Amino acid sequence: MIEASGLTKLYGLQPALRGVSLHVAAGEILAVLGHNGSGKTTLVRLLATLVRPTAGTARVGGHDVVTAPEAVRRAIAVVGHTTQLYDDLTAAENLAFAEALAGRRAARDRVESALARVGLDGQGRTPVRELSSGMRRRVALARAILREPRVLLLDEAFSGLDQDSTKRLEDHLHVFRAGGGAALVVTHSLGRALAVADRVTILAGGRIAGVATRAELSETALRQLYLEATETGA
Amino acid sequence: MQRALAPLAAGLLAVGLWAGLAAAPPDAVQGQVQRIMYVHVPAILTGYAAIGLVLVASVAYLWTGRAAWDRVAAAGGELAVCFIGLTLATGSIWGKPTWGTWWTWDARLTSTAILFVIYLGYLLLRSVVDDPARAAAYAAVLGIVGALDVPIIHFSVEWWRTLHQPATVLKPQAPSIDPAMLRVLLVNVAAFLTTFAYLATRRYRLLTLRADALARALAGR
Amino acid sequence: MSAFLRTAWAVLRKDLAIERRAKEGANALGFFAILLLFLFYFALGPDRERIRTALPGLFWLAFILAGLLGLGRAFALERENDCLDGLILAPADKGAIYLGKVGGTTVLMLAMEVAFIVASGVLYNLDLWAAVPDLFLVALAGTVGFAAVGTLFAAMTARLRAREVLLPVLLLPLAVPVLLAAVKLTELALVAGPAGAAGPWWRLLLGFDVVFVVTGLLTFEFVLEA
Repeated sequence: MIEASGLTKLYGLQPALRGVSLHVAAGEILAVLGHNGSGKTTLVRLLATLVRPTAGTARVGGHDVVTAPEAVRRAIAVVGHTTQLYDDLTAAENLAFAEALAGRRAARDRVESALARVGLDGQGRTPVRELSSGMRRRVALARAILREPRVLLLDEAFSGLDQDSTKRLEDHLHVFRAGGGAALVVTHSLGRALAVADRVTILAGGRIAGVATRAELSETALRQLYLEATETGA
Repeated sequence: MQRALAPLAAGLLAVGLWAGLAAAPPDAVQGQVQRIMYVHVPAILTGYAAIGLVLVASVAYLWTGRAAWDRVAAAGGELAVCFIGLTLATGSIWGKPTWGTWWTWDARLTSTAILFVIYLGYLLLRSVVDDPARAAAYAAVLGIVGALDVPIIHFSVEWWRTLHQPATVLKPQAPSIDPAMLRVLLVNVAAFLTTFAYLATRRYRLLTLRADALARALAGR
Repeated sequence: MSAFLRTAWAVLRKDLAIERRAKEGANALGFFAILLLFLFYFALGPDRERIRTALPGLFWLAFILAGLLGLGRAFALERENDCLDGLILAPADKGAIYLGKVGGTTVLMLAMEVAFIVASGVLYNLDLWAAVPDLFLVALAGTVGFAAVGTLFAAMTARLRAREVLLPVLLLPLAVPVLLAAVKLTELALVAGPAGAAGPWWRLLLGFDVVFVVTGLLTFEFVLEA
């Protein structure tokens, strides 16, 4: 569902990503681990069609990110550390707006059920400005759920979340995977990668510096791999 | 064909300017200063040609996404500013002895000045945006909007002027022009257009060389 | 088709809802309008005749200044929380988003313009009531044209550091026909001119509106995605 081959992104002369290749199959969760500046946000933005690659190709949800970005966007949902929500609108209004952008009539029951799934039923009428940051991120997750995506791209979606919201996001990821979706989770936290991923890719200095599968994924093994990779690769 | 352009342009310019500045008959009313028309009129016509080039290249860039079209548009934009600037300067120089002022709010001068600012803005926009792909897209949209606006600006300014004040008799372009003068004028128009073509192709080549060098440098990293 | 209109309408409603609720809301634009009325009065002196003759120009100077602010706001609100990314990622026709933005800006500006016209009648002690319907139509046509081109450039400059300066520098020369036509038509609305004088100006203004709304619909996606 996600296939990247030789993805490269240069900003001016600065390389942010160099020759990154990876794949995520349906029903699989890949964690991309890396420090700040390793290129992980660039990777997500490239896969989300927010940015065009300087070189290389990527297919997400069965469509090419460069030649068919609109089709890619219909298949994905992105959850980042910024919420993409309008603070002055209520949670329900934000979700209804997202539905309207997709050309769908804002069905109140769909919005209500999405809010309920993230534990925010009853909070629909609160302006986002008055919600805690964890709850705001849950609204963003509800919006991602409403899109019914085949591919989920998470960019540091767990950072700064309270425990309850973290659990909900993890639960959702598992449900999503069970339903045949593919997810790419970008994080700088080893613990996070271990908690959710089937496989882990380590990114350093814009390149892939290590890969590991579930079998190898004990914490110590992963930590070792991470250290080696970031020392040599960065 | 490119190689022929330089000597052709140079030749035409030499002939045209000599004809205009020396050989053509002086104007019955304005005297020698009217000779500036042989630079002023071709300059604005070439400016319009440059604007047209930017329009075509901008549409082509948005349609195909190929950076080569963006380079054509960039070259055209620079030349548009040059030739429109030349038009304004010569118009002003013409105006001083003829009407006694460096600037009048004559309809054509005014709309030309507006065009000048628009295409200066075009160059400004290109220089301010860092990401080259974004700069190209933004410039393309501005190139299209600007070109579409040209006739609308022209009409609006002209109507605005004629409603406020009767048209002046001493317009830069005489209503009926002496055939000898017309011939010289046409030679100069051809000269300017050829020069424009030459400069545009050179500029395009330079931008292409630069882009190729950049691509090679990036590939090496 | 209906998905297109639904999207445009949703964007328009969303922008207006945010304007209504935002703390720095439309009140600020309203105060700005009143402030301009005072500024113009101070600048042109107590001679009411001078103000009366300059009125059409003053209207449109004020509308353009407020319009520049309104256009800036239309995209400033998208910069928070990366909502602009949200718009790009939405599986929506970008032309519909454009239309919604133009509509929202137009409604906002029109509200300010109507308030300005009424307030100017009061503050300058002029009887404008008979002209209000015509003035409204001119304001509508002029504002749509200004917003149509302005939305494109507001979207471009939203992501640039020098946005406050760059937007007027790029937009105002392009908007000259709107200014000329709108001022002329405002003059004719206030003081009836020769028969048929308004016709060509209406055609110019409406032509401008059509050309640039269509251009915006076609090119906005390139601006947004760049």
